[in-house]
This record gives sequence, structure tokens and C-alpha cells, in this order.
Amino acid sequence: MKGLRKYLDKIKPNFMPGGKYSKLQSVFEGFESFLFTPNTTSVSGVSIHDSNDSKRTMTVVIVSLIPCLLFGMYNIGYQHYLAIGQVEAGFWSMFLYGFLALLPTIMVSYVVGLGIEFIGAQIRHHEIQEGFLVTGLLIPLICPINTPLWMIAVATAFAVIFAKEIFGGTGMNIFNVALVTRAFLFFAYPAKMSGDAAFVATEPVFGLGEGNVVDAFSGATPLGQIATATTANPQITNIVGEPISTLDAFIGLIPGSVGETSTLCILIGALILLFTGTASWKVMLSVFVGGLFMGFIANTFPSATYPASSLSPIDQVCLGGFAFAAVFMATDPVTGARTELGKYIYGFLIGVIAILIRVYNSGYPEGAMLAVLLMNAFAPLIDYFVVQSNIKRRLKRAKANN
Amino acid sequence: MANIKIKKGLDLNLEGAIAGTAMESVACKSFAVVPDDFTGVVPRLEVKEGDNVAAGDVLYHDKVYPEVKVTSPVAGRVAAIVRGERRKIEAIKIEADGSGKVKKFDIAGGDARSVLLESGLWCVMRQRPYDIVPNPAVAPRDIFVTAFDSAPLAPDFTLLLKGKEKYLQKGIDVLASLTKGSVYLGCRPDWVPNVKGCIVNTFEGPHPAGNVGVQIANVKPVNKGEMVWTLDVVSVVRIGELFSTGVVPFDTVVAVVGESVAKPHYAHCTMGCTVASLLGNGVVNPDNARIVSGNLLTGSRVSADGYLRFPYRQLSVITEVRNNADFLGWASLSPRRFSIYHSFTRWLLRGGTPAEVDAKINGGQRAIIMSGEYDRMLPMDILGEFLIKAIIAFDIDKMEQLGIYEVAPEDFALCEFADTSKLPLQQIVREGLDKLYKEMN
Repeated sequence: MKGLRKYLDKIKPNFMPGGKYSKLQSVFEGFESFLFTPNTTSVSGVSIHDSNDSKRTMTVVIVSLIPCLLFGMYNIGYQHYLAIGQVEAGFWSMFLYGFLALLPTIMVSYVVGLGIEFIGAQIRHHEIQEGFLVTGLLIPLICPINTPLWMIAVATAFAVIFAKEIFGGTGMNIFNVALVTRAFLFFAYPAKMSGDAAFVATEPVFGLGEGNVVDAFSGATPLGQIATATTANPQITNIVGEPISTLDAFIGLIPGSVGETSTLCILIGALILLFTGTASWKVMLSVFVGGLFMGFIANTFPSATYPASSLSPIDQVCLGGFAFAAVFMATDPVTGARTELGKYIYGFLIGVIAILIRVYNSGYPEGAMLAVLLMNAFAPLIDYFVVQSNIKRRLKRAKANN
Repeated sequence: MANIKIKKGLDLNLEGAIAGTAMESVACKSFAVVPDDFTGVVPRLEVKEGDNVAAGDVLYHDKVYPEVKVTSPVAGRVAAIVRGERRKIEAIKIEADGSGKVKKFDIAGGDARSVLLESGLWCVMRQRPYDIVPNPAVAPRDIFVTAFDSAPLAPDFTLLLKGKEKYLQKGIDVLASLTKGSVYLGCRPDWVPNVKGCIVNTFEGPHPAGNVGVQIANVKPVNKGEMVWTLDVVSVVRIGELFSTGVVPFDTVVAVVGESVAKPHYAHCTMGCTVASLLGNGVVNPDNARIVSGNLLTGSRVSADGYLRFPYRQLSVITEVRNNADFLGWASLSPRRFSIYHSFTRWLLRGGTPAEVDAKINGGQRAIIMSGEYDRMLPMDILGEFLIKAIIAFDIDKMEQLGIYEVAPEDFALCEFADTSKLPLQQIVREGLDKLYKEMN
């Protein structure tokens, strides 16, 4: 590695102000600090620092997303081969199909997002910040597999510029960038984001998975089926008409956005985040408590007008994007509540509102995304009240003493 | 007496702790007083280069309160007055002449306050708010004394006080005469001195339990408009000795510690002596060493030809840069790297092995991303992150409301250590306090 270090030191002057490629200074420094921990030492203040930095933090989040990512790839293939009636295709074909189907989306998301980040960093003469490394992986995981790549590109660019860069970059944004991407897609191209054709890849990818869709095929997600149901207790089925149990929903071999289907893999990710201390257990726990609470209320008073009210609270948290939002979206520390008490309130309300939208607004089969975005907007208000209570306590103490 | 359990914070287990209690005596010819050590005192010199001074003679006084004086720790000749930018006095260097001349103070006649001011021992105290040398015009609500140091590799106060315990009671009495309130003494449960005239509290738990600010916050917090004084028990004993013998004891015991010190030990020396006299040849790899006068969290960085700085009780030496080509350091799985997060594998070692540290920042400065990080390290009823943001924005109302008057930079040292965003929190707090002081006075 000494050789690489020497080479970097040799080419470095080219990228510094006045050098041939000075316009790429931020990019060069980004890659340099990625390869080698910078040797800057503290000038004043503490002489020793914790080893953790934001690169490590973001890496941990990416690692925690890997189970969802791998399972998502397999599930894309599984749903595809199920749709064309070739369930005997085998694990590796299914995985390879899913891998090839998802790879372009991941690449587009990273190339567009990081490209904008690099330009933004250079304009401001900042270091490149790592936030998008996570966002760039979240975007493919929360979008339907059939989303056209140009839509991913447009939505990512919109979100990175208008939800992040104009606020000042990583750490300054008000709304979760990945969810803004998703919301942009949801409202700008609703036809492509819901219904039968969005969630199951039926076309062959790179010549893989040729075949015709079977007759019984219907690509609607469980929540999509419920939202359009007309009976009081709708039976939810998989894409070839077989009933889905809670266990199926938990394991995740059901249609849905790429990363959200497997509650099991999401929980593995949650364990990684909680064990490493990267995400707040307070937020995560209270989202689930809020969801179960609202699910329980809805289920206690089922109504034929609102078919989703017939789902049990456990089904509510296993289906759709609820668990994914609880574990990976609500816990984004930048856009969430930052006071310890605030985290409980913030998380609980996300859980409640997600189920509320899902059950009582038949226009939206899923409410997790909107619930998180809504609470992103209210997080500062929650913090405001918690901070005020601290201030009041201090004033009261001062009065009591005088 | 109350026993208070501190839950937040962190004890850092580092290499280079002192084994045993052996003490070396250190002789030194050259000394320095650094005005930056006495925050809040704007120096007006009373000596010039070439003057002869006795130990205890005034070197300079404060511009606003001329009765606040800083005195020479040794008898000798003022060798140099080192000035920096805009003629700021950076150090007053004194060459000891070996005469051993000592100024005697009239402890029978004068009142305690003026003896303290005249002797220079006034400047071992700090006031809250602002964490500066106390304003002599205001009587404090209470005086808080910490009787232990919980910082990494900190010296054991019982060893620092060996043979001088008898002066503690006198010191407490003097302090008690300076306030209408109480003198509070914060101790570890395993060392509670037998003294009268003060309120003793014991503190359990990790660093920063020994920080006097944390003790105040958990006993009787400072409110707007109030003032308390703070100091450590070693200084109290010094005050006691002055009022028993009439002479200021300028000798001190220093813990020379850190992984780069070949043989960590205690050294008996005089305040302001040279770093070289304390370290000798005992530094491993001196070209790549960071020398810090004080502990690694709050101490001042000094050069190898520098001088021991206030509070004159610890000198830490660590490696500056351990690995200058740390390939993919952010991905490291080495259990030797220290982190408060379990994403590093150090938890596998289960405590035992000391952590490997160097002076690297280990990352780049970022906006505050992780939440609750400061709260974990700050055992006070203060919303650290919100206070820091208010200070950066210099929103005076918010700073007041969020408790700026209760904090000192050292309270944020552990937060700064743990901060993923690598912000210079102590500097932010110091500048905030200075600006606020200017605004208010």
C-alpha cells in the first residue's frame, strides 16, 4: 500500500489549486480520504479522537442493507419465474435474474446522485460527504423493479438537488432524500408506481428468463389488493392466486418494492444497526409500537368501507414498506427528532400515521413513506417542545433559588 | 453527604498508566509562566527582562482588576518575555538562580482574600459562568472543590497530596471564609478526607465525574446571575499550606504518562518547569510524539522544548501518527482501535487491553449527523447539541436558556472525543464564553 500512497502523493499537486485538474480537487480528496485515513492531527482541543467517522457510520448502514439487497435480488427472480410458470428454475438463476434486473437501477442512482454531490462539493470547496452512499442504495430498494431508469435518474437528481444540496448537503436536509426520490416518483408518475405492472419483472433481462406470463398472473402487491378489495375480509394472494400467510409476508417472497418485502431481512439489518449503535432503538421501537397500536385500533373496529382494517396488527407491520421505513427511514438521524424524548414521540407518530393512511385513505395503499416525510416536517417542532421543557426547568430552578 | 451515581460518560483505558507510586525528583533551571493558562486575566507586566524576582513575586497583574496577580514560581532572573502576534505575551521565562529566595506573606494581618490575590493563588480558582479566573469584586454563591481527577491516565490525588493532608482543613476554612454559601467537596467513595466546614458528596461513575462542572450540575446548578468558584483539592491544600506557613508552595507532583513514555512515573518538580526536564530521554520515538501538558482531552499541546502548563499535575505523551498510510482505515476490523460504537470490533476484547490511540482526527469535519452523541457523554441536564448550535449561531438568548452559564469547555471534552462529525467543541464553547463575556461586561 506504500506504493499507492506514494503514487497519490505524486499526482496530488495536479489536483490542488493551480494544478492541471484543480476542478477535480474535491473528487480527488474524496477518493484519497476513502483510500487512506487522512493524517490530519488535532491542533487544539482533544488530542485523541474516537475511530468512528461518518464514512464508517455510512458503511455500517450499507452493511445493514445488504441482507435486504440480496434477498430483494432473489425475490425479483423468484417473482419473475413464478409469473412465467417456471418455479423449478433454481436459486441461482433466480438470483442472477434479480441481480441483473436491479444492477442498472443501482448504477443509475449512484452515478446521478454522486455526480451531483461531486459537483456540489467542488462548487462549495467542501470535502465530499458520504451521505449519498446510503441514499444511493436506498433508492433502488424502495422503488418498484419496473421503474424506468430515466425516471430513477430524474427523481434522484430532483431529490439530491432540491431536498439536499440547496439546504447545504449531508446533515442539513429537512426531508429524507431517498424518500423524496420515492415521493417524486409516486406523485409524478403514479401509473408506473402502482398497480399490476410495477412490482413484478415479467420481461427477460439480458436474455435471461424468457417465457410467457401464466394466465392466473396478477402483479398486485398484498396492500394493493386490499386497497381495491370490495369485500369486508379480502383474501390476499400471491401473483399466481395462491393465498399469502403472515409467515410468507414475514419471510418476504411476495411482490413489492425491492427491499421492503422481507421483514426477516429488515430485522437482521435492524440488529446490525442497533448492535453497532448506529441507529436509535428509541425511534425504531416506537415506530413499531405506534404501528401495532394503530393496527390494533383499526382491527378492533373493522369496516367494509376500509378493507385494510381487517388486517391484524402483525400483518400491518409485516406487509408493505412499514418495517423498512421503521428501520431504515425513520432512524435517519438528520431528518428525525434529535432529542431523546422527542425520538419516542417522533417514532410513535410515524407508526400511527403510516397505518392511519394505509387503512383510512383508500387513495394510498401504503402510508409508510408519507408518514415518515410528514413527521420529518414535524420533527423540529417536537424537538422545539422538548427543548422548551428543558429551558422551563432551568428558569424554574433559577426562580426557586432567588 | 450524598452519594451521586453518574451514568453517562466514558472511562478511557489507555496504555501508559503509572504502575506503583515511585516518585522522582526533578531539577530544572528554566521555568515559564504562560498567561494563556489564566483565562480572563489580561496581563499588565510588572517586571521586565533582566529583573530579579523571588518565588512569589508578582510577574503581572490584570488590566481590569489590578489586584489579581500572577506570581513567579521560582527565584531567579526574568530571562525573556516571549511575545506573539500583536505583541500578545505568550510566556514569561525565568532562569532560576538557585538563591531560593522566597516571598513571605503576612498571614496573620491581612484578610484571606487579599493574601490569596497577592500570592497569586487566586488564579488557581475559576468562576462559573465563563470559566475564568474569579472576579474579585463579586462574592461567590458557593465554592466547589473536586477531590479526584477521572480523566484518562490522570494522577491519583492522594499521591499528589502525600504528606500535605494536614493543610486541607486550613484550606477549606480559608475558602469557607470567602463565601456566604457553602464549600462543596466532591470525592470518590474510596477517598473521603476527614474535614469539617464543608459539604462532602461522593461521586461514582465514569469520567467526567471528576469534572467540577459535572459535580455542580448534579448538586446545585449555576443559574443566571449566580456565580460559583471552582478548584481542585490539590489547590485547596496549597492554599492551606500558604495560610499555615506564609509561603506559597510552588512545588508540584506531576504524573508523566502515556504510551510513548518508556517508564510512566510521578515526578516532583516546580510549577512551570521544562518538559525536557520531566521527560529526559524517556520518550519512545520522540520524533513522532505528541506531548500534552495535562490530560489528553483537555490538556494543551506543548513542544519538546516547552514548559509544564497549569494545572501542573500531568504530562501525557502519545504517538502523533501511528500509521501514515492507513489504507481503508474506515473499514478496519482491528480490535485495537477505540470507538464508543460497536461497529469497531473492540468489544470483542471485553475491556482488558488498553486501546491504541494517536493524535489523528480519524476523519473529516462534517455537519452534526449522529444524534444523542453529546448526550451520552455529558452527565448534566443540558442539551449539548442544541447549546453548541446556539453558540455557533451566537444566539445569546438561546445560549442563556440552554445553560451556557453552567458549562466550561472541559465539560465538552469527552463529547469532542466521541464526535463522529469531528467538531472542535471545546474551542466552540471557549469562544462562545469569551464573546458572551464581552457582550455582558
